[in-house]
Amino acid sequence: MQIRLNGTVIEVEDGTTVAVLVALRGLAAEQVAVEVNERLVARDRRAKQALADGDRVELVTLVGGG
Amino acid sequence: MQNPLKDEPLRLGEIELGSRLLVGTGKYKDFDETARALELSGTEMVTVAIRRVNLDASKGPSLFDVIDRDRYHILPNTAGCFDAASAIRTAELARDLLGTTLVKLEVLGDEKTLLPDPVGTLEATKELVSQGFDVLVYTSDDPRMCVRLAELGVRSVMPAGSPIGSGQGILNTNALRIILELVEGCPVIVDAGVGTASDVSIAMELGAEGVLLNSGIALAEEPLRMAHAMRLACEAGRHAHLAGRIPRRLYANASSPMQGRIAGAAPEPAGIAGE
Repeated sequence: MQIRLNGTVIEVEDGTTVAVLVALRGLAAEQVAVEVNERLVARDRRAKQALADGDRVELVTLVGGG
Repeated sequence: MQNPLKDEPLRLGEIELGSRLLVGTGKYKDFDETARALELSGTEMVTVAIRRVNLDASKGPSLFDVIDRDRYHILPNTAGCFDAASAIRTAELARDLLGTTLVKLEVLGDEKTLLPDPVGTLEATKELVSQGFDVLVYTSDDPRMCVRLAELGVRSVMPAGSPIGSGQGILNTNALRIILELVEGCPVIVDAGVGTASDVSIAMELGAEGVLLNSGIALAEEPLRMAHAMRLACEAGRHAHLAGRIPRRLYANASSPMQGRIAGAAPEPAGIAGE
C-alpha cells in the first residue's frame, strides 16, 4: 500500500504500524513525534496504530528556532 | 543587612528562572556555536521549532544533543503557522515530542511581515489553555490585545518590540509602558525585534519581566560575544528598573556643590561684564 510520508508518496507493507515506520526510517523513537491524517499519534499508541492505504503521515522533530 | 542586589525569579507557572533572557536556537553557524552562545547568554529557557524530519539526511548530531535539559527548559514554538489549527497541531506534536506543556504560541498573518494574526492568536490561545498547555503567547504590542490574552490564563504575554528578526529594537516604548501597566496576572516578556544590547536594557528598564531573542545573537558578527553582551544588558536593565531611574529634567542639576567655589569661578552676572 501507499502512504504519503512528509509529503512524499512511499510504499509500505500492509499492516505497518506507526512504530515500525519510525524504526524502518532509522529514527530514534524518542526524537520524533507523529501525526497521521492531521491527528497526533501519541507515543504510547504508535505500536498499536496500523497505517492504512492513503494515510498522510507527518514525522517531526526539533530544529533550531526562535 | 539586606542584599542590595536581591531579585525575584521570573515565574512562568510552576517554573522559576534565574535568568530573564530567553534565547532561540535558530540561525547559528553550527550546533557547537549554538551550545556556546546559549551558555554565554546565561539563559535557562531556550526556544526550538518543530519541523519535518529530513528523511534524506545522513545521520548527524541532533539539537537534542545540544540542549542539556537539566540546564535548560525547552520552549517549543509554533513559528511558521498561519492559522490556529496548524498552531494547535504543532503544540500537540511538541508536547508529545518533548513531554512539556510549555508552548510559545505564534499565529502569524503573512510571510513578509510575520506580524501576529490577532484573531487566530486568540482562538489558538483559548484552545491550548483549555487543553492545559502553559502558553507563552507572541502578540503585537497592542495593549488591549495583551490584556485579552492575559485574561485567558496564559503564562506570559509576549509583545513584539518590532518585527521578528528586524533588529529595530523597541519601536513603541509608549505602547510597552501601557502594556506593562494594564496586563495583570502574568509576566510580560518582550519577544522579537532586538538588534543589540541596549534594546534589551530598554525593555527591562521599562519593567518588562524578560526578553526573548534569537537573531540579535545568532546573526551578530561575533555571536558568542553578543550572547555575553545580551546577558549583561538584561541584568543591567533589570537592576536599573528595580533601582528606579531619576526623572528626566530639561535643565542641569549639578552633582558638585555650588557653594565654596574659589573666587572668579562663577560666571559673572549678566550686565556686569564689559562695564
